[in-house]
Amino acid sequence: MTRKQTRTTIILASLAVLGLAAFLILTAIKDTIVFFYTPSEVQAKAVKAGTRLRLGGLVEQGSLASKGEANYGFIVTDLSATLSVNYKGQLPDLFREGQGVVAEGTLQADGTFTADTVLAKHDENYMPKDVADRLKAQGKWKEPKP
Amino acid sequence: MSVEIGHFALILALVVAAFQTLAPQWGAARGDAQLMAIGSIAALVQFSLIALSFMILTNAYLSSDFSVLNVAENSHSAKPLIYKISGVWGNHEGSMLLWVLILALFGAGVALFGSNLPQTLKARILSVQGSIGFAFLLFIVAASNPFQRIINPPIEGNGLNPILQDPALAFHPPFLYAGYVGLSIAFSFAVAALIEGRVDAAWARWVRPWTLLSWACLTLGIGMGSWWAYYELGWGGFWFWDPVENASFMPWLVATALLHSAIVVEKRGALKIWTILLAILAFSLSLVGTFLVRSGVLTSVHAFAVDPQRGLFILMILGVFVGGSLTLFAIRAPALKAGGLFAPLSREGGLVLNNLLLCTACAAVFIGTLYPLALESITGEKISVGPPYFNLTFGPIVLPLLLLVPLGPMLTWKRADALPVLRRLWWAAAGAIVITLLALMFTRRGPWLAPVGIALGVWLILGAMADIAQRSGVPNWNVVWARLTGLPRSAIGGALAHGGLGLLIIGVIVLSLWKEEHIVALNPGETLSVAGYDVTFTGITPLQGANYVGRKGEFRIQKNQGDVAVVVSEKRLFAPNNTPTTEVGLVQTFWGDIYMVLGDETADGKHVVRGSFNPLASFIWAGALIMFVGGLLSLTDRRLRIGVPKRAMKLQAAE
Repeated sequence: MTRKQTRTTIILASLAVLGLAAFLILTAIKDTIVFFYTPSEVQAKAVKAGTRLRLGGLVEQGSLASKGEANYGFIVTDLSATLSVNYKGQLPDLFREGQGVVAEGTLQADGTFTADTVLAKHDENYMPKDVADRLKAQGKWKEPKP
Repeated sequence: MSVEIGHFALILALVVAAFQTLAPQWGAARGDAQLMAIGSIAALVQFSLIALSFMILTNAYLSSDFSVLNVAENSHSAKPLIYKISGVWGNHEGSMLLWVLILALFGAGVALFGSNLPQTLKARILSVQGSIGFAFLLFIVAASNPFQRIINPPIEGNGLNPILQDPALAFHPPFLYAGYVGLSIAFSFAVAALIEGRVDAAWARWVRPWTLLSWACLTLGIGMGSWWAYYELGWGGFWFWDPVENASFMPWLVATALLHSAIVVEKRGALKIWTILLAILAFSLSLVGTFLVRSGVLTSVHAFAVDPQRGLFILMILGVFVGGSLTLFAIRAPALKAGGLFAPLSREGGLVLNNLLLCTACAAVFIGTLYPLALESITGEKISVGPPYFNLTFGPIVLPLLLLVPLGPMLTWKRADALPVLRRLWWAAAGAIVITLLALMFTRRGPWLAPVGIALGVWLILGAMADIAQRSGVPNWNVVWARLTGLPRSAIGGALAHGGLGLLIIGVIVLSLWKEEHIVALNPGETLSVAGYDVTFTGITPLQGANYVGRKGEFRIQKNQGDVAVVVSEKRLFAPNNTPTTEVGLVQTFWGDIYMVLGDETADGKHVVRGSFNPLASFIWAGALIMFVGGLLSLTDRRLRIGVPKRAMKLQAAE
């Protein structure tokens, strides 16, 4: 086998693998990405029931309710719209009313949101950057206490 | 000791790094031995200075010197000793200091152990290494000074983020950095070789131990990070395809490819240009990882400070080194002479395929990690790319790679025959199928992927055994022992790494697909059944730690009325900010881990408890550990030891 043939074989094999990979990546990106919305955006974009999304905002004061064994309900607000969330599981340690939260799950037909993952970040003064950006964009950002 | 000395030592190190960059390079260009010799001295002095400044910062932490901003923000006098030490790198400034410390350590290593390198190559390597040190020292001195003083020192510090107060903090970052930064040596070797315009078998033999060492450290560092994320609540489990995890995984994938392609350069003189490119890419991805993690573009526990100026600075360093080295590559690479010929079906061909698949897998991870960042900065739209994406792309790409792993070491160089290879491996394939069938008989349910994963893992393990068996002359039993003890350590190391990978895959697949989890509210005395274990919640007691208070729940775990273990899960509130954390109660057995988490108290006085059984979880970290050991064992191979290449060179010259 000559050098040229070896090179051609390698190049053809590379193109085949890369082509396949490109196909996989493009289809996977289309099908698996999850958009990040605040409650107002969920309303504004008229997101369809059954859509998987990440919901970000603040946990509304006084909204956390325990519905029996590790079933929780709470309301996520971005200070202009709200969405009520149901979650079965353990809430993270840093989950607090009035603090930032990101919930991933699906929008239900009755307009509520069923979360399968709830994230609250590690720092007391911390708000998920996503949420802070949104609040800043809406002019409702309060500087965290030092 | 005054921290100003530490600051001053850093500035001196910066100056020394500038000398280290310029003098040896100039010397190498002019053939001036004295100028070239400055490289080694400068590398050692630079390391000593950074080590001094690191010790001074550590001392400031140990003595709780809150007049230093970094200490006041990240330490607390009541913090246990281990976290005063490891807390030095539990923040942005300190972790960057550790970064350059390890960088300079590797540079000093080349200066000390590189006496058998050709003089000009060594000078150029140290020069490139010096320039990386210069860039990051400049970053630290200009934008990330750990020694900044406060005019009015507080009486007490802010404390270390409680979630970082874990013994793993002492080991995970240093090993990860040793891996990340160690790849800088491969980078420096590659750039130096491009400047020299020469890559040969000796070059590959010199660069291989450094790559091997960084690869082994990176493997262990990622493994420990995964273990930490596994038992720390709220981090999404052992692997979550989090951008921060991907940031360390991408250099690992390319370093793995580099490790394999360097073998081809060493043994056959082929794939030189490709290997140089891989060396550049591996370190470039380390820099990308450093940028992702340290610049604040990602929100994570690793992103200590969100300061756009710092992000920009690291981005500039990234641009200069990646852009510069790739430009140099484009100019000089065509001049490198291509080496040995090989047929597609040969050891070389197999390693090319290995490289191709590893790099493609890395590309898939790269796109999934950076696409959301790119999209957000261009359109402002926020998306997240999560595990489903990676399962759909990374999975199918590495599947053929894993299938081919046992075949690779069996192929002969230049031209191979498929039939004898398959004949040697048939029993490994048969064994994989039998064990998978057994696994299916004793477990009941589950997705089709689980048996495939088990089969794949067993295939890798048995394939590694078949490799060793074949090399030691099985079935010619009377020579086996002599041959086995005489095998090169790199052969055993390689087989260990492949077998460890198999173990890891079994653990990952089985844990992901066959995990059993229950969440219930229990009264003390009540029992929960988890995967055949009876877990009795015995009660809650208050808790008092060095710098936290809290409560702990105790669980007695029994199987068939026999005691297995008693574990506690703790809810802690850390001083000074009342930050809560939860510690998991964990029992590890061969067949799986019992993982108990105490939750909140319900209105009727019960306690929410999460109990899960994680089958074969310990296989994951045992596998990673075996891969690490395999790497170290290869490192002790005679061929790679100091002095041997010199003899080989003399022999070559004599020929």
